[in-house]
Amino acid sequence: MQNPYLPYPVRIDDITIETEDKNLKTFRFVFLNPEDENKFDYQAGQFAELSVTGKGEIPIGIASSPTEKGFVMFTVNKVGLVSSHLHAMQAGDIMGIRGPLGNWYPWEQLEGKNVVIIGGGFAFTTLRSSIIYMLDPANRSRFKDIHVIYGARSPGMLLYWDELSQWEKRDDINMHITVDGTDDPNWKYNTGFVPTITEQKAPPADKDTYAIICGPPIMIKFTQPVLDKLGYSHDKIIMSLENRMKCGIGMCGRCNIGEQFVCKDGPVFTLEQLNQTPKEY
Amino acid sequence: MKIVKIDKKTWAAGIEKLTASYRLFGPVKEGDFHNFKELGSGEAPDLDCLNTRLSAKAIIYPQSENMFEYSLDESREDHHILKEVDTDYSPRAVIGIRPCDAKAFELVGLNFDTSEYKDPYWIKAREATTLIGLACSSPGSNCFCTTAGCGPFHEDGLDALVVDTGDHFLAKILTEKGEQLFAAAGWKQEAKAAGKQIEALKQEAEAKIASSVNTDNLSALDTTQLYNASFWEDVSFSCINCGTCTFVCPTCWCFDIQDETHGNSGVRMRNWDSCMYPLFTLHGTGHNPRGTKLHRVRQRFMHKLKYYVDKYDAGIQCVGCGRCVRSCPVNIDIRRVCELMNSFDSEKDTCAA
Amino acid sequence: MLSYIDKIKEISSRLLKDGTVDMIIGFRRGTVPMMNEPHFAKTTGDVEQLVWDSNCGINLANYLANRTEKIGIIAKGCDSRNIVTHIIENKIKREQLTIIGVPCKGMIDKRRINAMFDGEILQVAENGNTITVSGDGFEKKLEKDDMLQQNCRLCIHRNPVIYDELVAEQVEEQQDIDRYADIREIEALPPKEKESYFTDLFSACIRCYACRNACPLCYCPTCFVDESRPQWVGKSQDPADIKTFHFLRAYHCAGRCTDCGSCERVCPVGINMRILTRKLEKDSFELFGWEAGLSMDVRPPLDTYKPGDPDDFIK
Repeated sequence: MQNPYLPYPVRIDDITIETEDKNLKTFRFVFLNPEDENKFDYQAGQFAELSVTGKGEIPIGIASSPTEKGFVMFTVNKVGLVSSHLHAMQAGDIMGIRGPLGNWYPWEQLEGKNVVIIGGGFAFTTLRSSIIYMLDPANRSRFKDIHVIYGARSPGMLLYWDELSQWEKRDDINMHITVDGTDDPNWKYNTGFVPTITEQKAPPADKDTYAIICGPPIMIKFTQPVLDKLGYSHDKIIMSLENRMKCGIGMCGRCNIGEQFVCKDGPVFTLEQLNQTPKEY
Repeated sequence: MKIVKIDKKTWAAGIEKLTASYRLFGPVKEGDFHNFKELGSGEAPDLDCLNTRLSAKAIIYPQSENMFEYSLDESREDHHILKEVDTDYSPRAVIGIRPCDAKAFELVGLNFDTSEYKDPYWIKAREATTLIGLACSSPGSNCFCTTAGCGPFHEDGLDALVVDTGDHFLAKILTEKGEQLFAAAGWKQEAKAAGKQIEALKQEAEAKIASSVNTDNLSALDTTQLYNASFWEDVSFSCINCGTCTFVCPTCWCFDIQDETHGNSGVRMRNWDSCMYPLFTLHGTGHNPRGTKLHRVRQRFMHKLKYYVDKYDAGIQCVGCGRCVRSCPVNIDIRRVCELMNSFDSEKDTCAA
Repeated sequence: MLSYIDKIKEISSRLLKDGTVDMIIGFRRGTVPMMNEPHFAKTTGDVEQLVWDSNCGINLANYLANRTEKIGIIAKGCDSRNIVTHIIENKIKREQLTIIGVPCKGMIDKRRINAMFDGEILQVAENGNTITVSGDGFEKKLEKDDMLQQNCRLCIHRNPVIYDELVAEQVEEQQDIDRYADIREIEALPPKEKESYFTDLFSACIRCYACRNACPLCYCPTCFVDESRPQWVGKSQDPADIKTFHFLRAYHCAGRCTDCGSCERVCPVGINMRILTRKLEKDSFELFGWEAGLSMDVRPPLDTYKPGDPDDFIK
């Protein structure tokens, strides 16, 4: 019997500091046993449990794309016991990854559709995965227009800056980067909160347009009315939830919203689905 | 299905024989209460016990259970790599488990043994365990099993059901595992015509169950309306958010996972957890989606009496053993809450949000 | 004490009606023998549900911490001392409270009564000092005074120390009570025996934390036992961790505990953890002449330093 609690052993291959407050780091992992990489067969939108031996596990969205081979990548905010310890670890250290876990953005359903990605702060990780996935030459033609609205408090708090600026230069993706505020006179992108920029830049709703939202609760709270105003129906608003998790496989009992487990039945839900469940997230 | 008659004089000898091939567990009196214990040689299960203070769940699902072990010693090749711990899954048998506790394993199995994921610890322990039930001829006043999908002679989950007729025991052998255990004990005197006697005793016992719940309406209710019902404040007021109800419950399965290191080595373990505890759902950011005791009490009852009902279509997540009713320090009574839920009418609920 | 209820209802209805309070915190009838449930009444209709008898052992002060309403609370001697402690510790404001004092003659020990009978107890009735216990095929009359919880047998503050209304004449306080005979016996044990005494005492603990959660003193936002950074205590059933929890909790109650008995009463496995809190209560009394919750005007001994404080325990 396969043990779903047993992590694959991995080595930290590279660590990048993502933000100016140094609270977000991106960890690139390489599987110790190459065959484990094939077993870790994931889709954009899924998460995994990062296992720091002796400290415990944390559920983190997968930031790399299934189209990127040879490594997996996670961006981790330093908040608790495990993430703090992880932030103190070095390239070369051994730890574990358990997954992939949960569902993913509905890629089959999104085929042939316009995709509007709306992200805020450090919740951009699975959205990066999604963008890389969709922009892959093998995949780009499967989707119509791609819009990305991504905001952070300040320029230095935006994740994946190098990639953002490269995407800005491409003509097959519409980037709308924004910051809450900045005193940088050379800032050439948007200034304003994500809901405001969404109202200005998001394409109008139609039957072929889906929005994927990922961000802090406050951003979601104020973006949803904007999407309502733009006419997005709730079955076309796709959200990724977070809740405290331990097992990641729907057994330990803590992350449920109603009868659904965020870890196993989610983390991706449509707003239409969420309207039917207690708001315990 | 086979019925075996056991002469009470051969009971103890049979139990003793079983120790050759099984680790035996049974109810034993400790102080003022009964609990399940692993039986030492010559130790017999106490069949006079109405029911144990804690359920039998810990025999398959211990309160603390090691999952993996590891070494942090970097001079070792396998440092920081988790290894499954050695756990004794040799055959074990529970003698004298009540039908409610056995049925509870069936309900819990829907969580641990799914088509997508299998919890190896629970499943291996469950497979290793033979359950020999003892029918309840004198149920307790807080037992409401007959309306909770169970009953004093209920057979789900059991490998054999032993009925005390007064002069002797009659045992219904229900599974292959039960067959094997009875062979090992040397109990083999068939009593082909005893079915009617058992049926009569069963009806007599069921008639003694004085307590009940109504659950007929639960699945038809709207989840969010029930969630927003006004009675939750009244229900939850007295709760002190201890974990007693969840720990004594045979059907509560929630757990926490912890690493515990001593020196350079340690274990990843799981411990029973409880939806009554604020920490259970606390986010790293400090946000808590179930931040008040009203949230937590509601979660417990909604889980047992609504979410579970909707998710599995296997009735309520409760077998009516009455332990939470007896043990709750402030007397929150699931029967009362079930009635409030089952009779909930959103149109008459003035305060519903 | 049964006669109190009419007065309790009368006062409660009046306070709710004239707007003095938003809610009354009391008890309603339980669903099993010897159990009542803490309950709130917000309307005069709700007041009808209130009960009072010898099964009101839960300390209602536990339901006050951080509440913002105007509250009428029914308080025995011990509850009133914990209300004082809450006020001193800024968990509730005196002006929010209307204290309905109940002179108390003690609560009965449900665990001991249950253990006296082989059959299941189906009904327990109370009349004056007579407790009538009955079940299938048995009935027995017991003297209430013989059946009290241990903390009630040892109680020397039966009358509320602070109140706005009193439901009856004060009762006579018990005299010549030796509160600490059992504690002295444990103190006298050699270290090894003491250790095994405590190991036995806590061997049945399931770490449900009912003792902590029923205690009015245990209102920390995060209990030390739940802290993860740093993690002071392991979470498994390791006896060392279990004992650490009980010992540390007791220390946190030093000079604050009123021996209301809630912790022991609520324990689902019958542990007498009051052995620990009473040892510290005894020390507080012997070292500082202190009994918790008797006055709002004196700071608790562990809150203050005085040059004359005993220090010969520092070695």
